[in-house]
This record gives sequence, C-alpha cells and structure tokens, in this order.
Amino acid sequence: MNDLSGAISYADVALAVALVVVAVAISRVRGLGLEGDMAVALGRSFAQLLAVGYVLAFVFDGHGGLSAVVLAAMVATASFTAGRRARQVPGASVVAAVSLGAATLGTLGVLAGLGIVPVEARAVVPLGSMVLSNAMISASLVMTTLRHDLAAGRREVEARLSLGQTAHHASLPWQRRALRSGMLPIVDSTKVVGLVALPGAMTGMILAGAEPLDAIRLQMVVMYMLLGGNAFAAVVAGELTVRRLFTADHQLVRGLRRTAP
Amino acid sequence: MGDRFEYVDVGVDGDDGPIVSGFSARIPAEGLTAMVGPSGSGKTTLLRLLNRLEDPDAGVVLLDGADVRAYDVLALRRRVQYVGQVPVTFPGTVAANLGAADPEALVARVGLPPSLLSREADRLSVGEAQRMCLARSLALHPEVLVLDEPTAALDTASKAEVEALVRSLADEGLTVVMVTHDPRQASHLADRVVEVRP
Repeated sequence: MNDLSGAISYADVALAVALVVVAVAISRVRGLGLEGDMAVALGRSFAQLLAVGYVLAFVFDGHGGLSAVVLAAMVATASFTAGRRARQVPGASVVAAVSLGAATLGTLGVLAGLGIVPVEARAVVPLGSMVLSNAMISASLVMTTLRHDLAAGRREVEARLSLGQTAHHASLPWQRRALRSGMLPIVDSTKVVGLVALPGAMTGMILAGAEPLDAIRLQMVVMYMLLGGNAFAAVVAGELTVRRLFTADHQLVRGLRRTAP
Repeated sequence: MGDRFEYVDVGVDGDDGPIVSGFSARIPAEGLTAMVGPSGSGKTTLLRLLNRLEDPDAGVVLLDGADVRAYDVLALRRRVQYVGQVPVTFPGTVAANLGAADPEALVARVGLPPSLLSREADRLSVGEAQRMCLARSLALHPEVLVLDEPTAALDTASKAEVEALVRSLADEGLTVVMVTHDPRQASHLADRVVEVRP
C-alpha cells in the first residue's frame, strides 16, 4: 500500500501534536495569549473527532438507518451556531433549522434522485455535512445582513410599505443584497477551485489512494452540490427572516422601528 | 361632515416610558388638520398609527367610525397616503419612482416641470424630491394625505410652494393631516388645529 488509508496510528497522531506545541510556543514567545484556546481546541478536536469516528463506524457497520439521526443532530448544532450569530433576528435558530434542513435534504434528494450518489450512509452523511457546513455560513450571513440592512434602510422600507407594498415586495432590494452576500463566498471559491487550494473531498480521496481523475469528478459534484445547497439555504433563510422582521400586518417589528426616532 | 379619524384614549409605549398616553382627538373629513406640539410629544408616532406603520398599545384609532385594524392593511395604506419628513427617493428616474400611467399630469399637479421625469431621483433638490414624493402618493388616488413636517427640510421659497400645494389639495377635497412644530404655520395653513402635549 502506498496510500495513507489506514496508515495513521494513534502514536502518529501523538507525534503530530508536536506541531501544536510549536504553535503554543509561538503564542507564548510573542505574547499572543492563545495558549489556553489552543489547549481547548486540541482537546475538543480530539474528543469530537474520536466520538464522530466511533459514531460513523457504528452507522456504516450495518446501521445505515441512523444516518438520518446523525444528519439531524448536525443540522441542530449548525442551527444553534447560526442562530447565535444572528441573534438579533427573532427566532434565528428556527429560521436556520428550517433553511439548513431544507438545503441538506433538498440537495441530497437531487443527488440521490438523479442516481449520482448511492443512498448509503457512507455517501449521505459526509456529503450532507459538507452541504450543511457551507449552508450554515450562508444562512447566517443572509440573516445578519438582512437584519442590519433593513434597520439601516428602514425609512425607504417604510416609504415602500406606505405605498401599499407587501413586506415581501418592500424588502426585495435588501433581500437581493443579502442573498448575494450569502452566496458570493461559495461562488468565488468555486471559481478558483484547484487554483488556490485543493479542496477537501478531492484531497481526501487522493490521500486515500484514488486516481486524481477520479478524485476531481467527485470534487466537481461536491462543488455543484455546495452551490446549489447554498442558494437553497440563502433563499429560504431570506424569506423566513423577512417574516420574522415584519409583522403579519406588514409592519417592521418594533426592534427595527425604534432604532431611531 | 363626520370625522375621518378619531383617536380614542390612545397609548403607545416606547423602550423607556410611554411615547403617547391617553390621547384623544378627532380629525374631520373636510379640509386640513394640523397637529401641533413640541418635538418629543409623539406627533410622528400619532401619524404612523393612521396608516398602521405602527399600532397603539392602548386605545383605538377609528377611520370612518371603524377600527383601522378592521381594514385590509394594504388597501388602508393606499387610501391613507403617508409622506415622511425626509423625502425618500427610490433608485431610478423620477418617472420610475412615480410608476404611474400618466406621470406628466402628476408632476404638473405638484408643480414640477416635465423635464424632470427623466432625471435620476437622487439628483433632485430636497424641495423637488418632497414634491415628487407627494406626486408618488397622489398617483394612488388616496382619500387622505398624512404629512409629517412636510416643509421642515425646505428653504423658504420651496416651503411656500409646498404649503400652497398642500392647501390646494385640501381644497380639492382630500383629507389632509399635517404635523408641524410651528404654531404659526398651523394657524395660517390649517382649517383646524389639534394640540399634542408631551
């Protein structure tokens, strides 16, 4: 075997900690004050990955039905994280949960429906987690941008409402901007993929011994999946955020109105 | 003639204390009613209750004898046109802002030259922008015009023109409700003055 699949032992992992020791030493010498955070990061990454490794081993070993549970737990964690980032949006965690759930299910549904990937735990869980982690960034960008821009533009929003426009219609220019901000990162990274960095899925396959031309085809599917998933998450998050920032009677919610006289 | 609006024991809460409390007043359907009071007395908030940009925390606002909340809010806002203190222009030309079938007649009605129709709205002077906002409201054929300090941002010449325009709209049969901090403007322009106290 000239690949790294199964070639890394726990002793190797312990040796690699030497690189973290170097980082801690730099922090100490330069007074960065990050030693504590690095220790926490080291401990958490070890514990979290070990736990995930055992969970995935169990799921892949004849318990594929649990994939849904694993993905649901990931969606819940991502929603909590995105919701905390966008906490000025009322009910942000719920907005995130719906948009991330829809993006993950929708994207995996298309991939499976078209027969591009098999409906197996080994495919669905890692692909779903990739969609999710990207969509999480997209959804929280959309929520925070929309909240911020609608507050800043509330005079114009209210002028549009006063002309009899619906909340959805009156907020369209800001929705457009927020959706763009949520999607630009993935559009940009898709443009430079392979030129700036070799992305994770492809790198993983190559390290595991796959042929590069096999690896890039998977990577292409992954990139297109991420684009679609992000767009899906962004548009759902945008629509739901608008519903949280306006009342059913097409009024800005109090928190947005009263930022100034 | 009956009342167009009636405030019945209206209260609105702010983040620190009430903005308006126990306010009652009638606004007749005919002519121009000015609401006068010092800044901070809640005049703007009272206007925003008329087209339901806000709702009161206590009491009720009646339009033609029925709670404003009983009407379809989008239809209500077209009937009751609200123009804020600072003119808000949307991106695009004046014609695009007006979005109406007959923009020439609209700009003529507010005393703007038709040559302005092709100009970008953000290049208008404040006085021109304020009149464009009035034209944009008139395009919806409202029954009521609600104006928040319509001349506060204007120079003396534009102020006189906008005052004359508002007066003529009231004379043509629109119910006009106007907020001003200036008692002299209220007494020389309005048919009726409602005092708002902090």
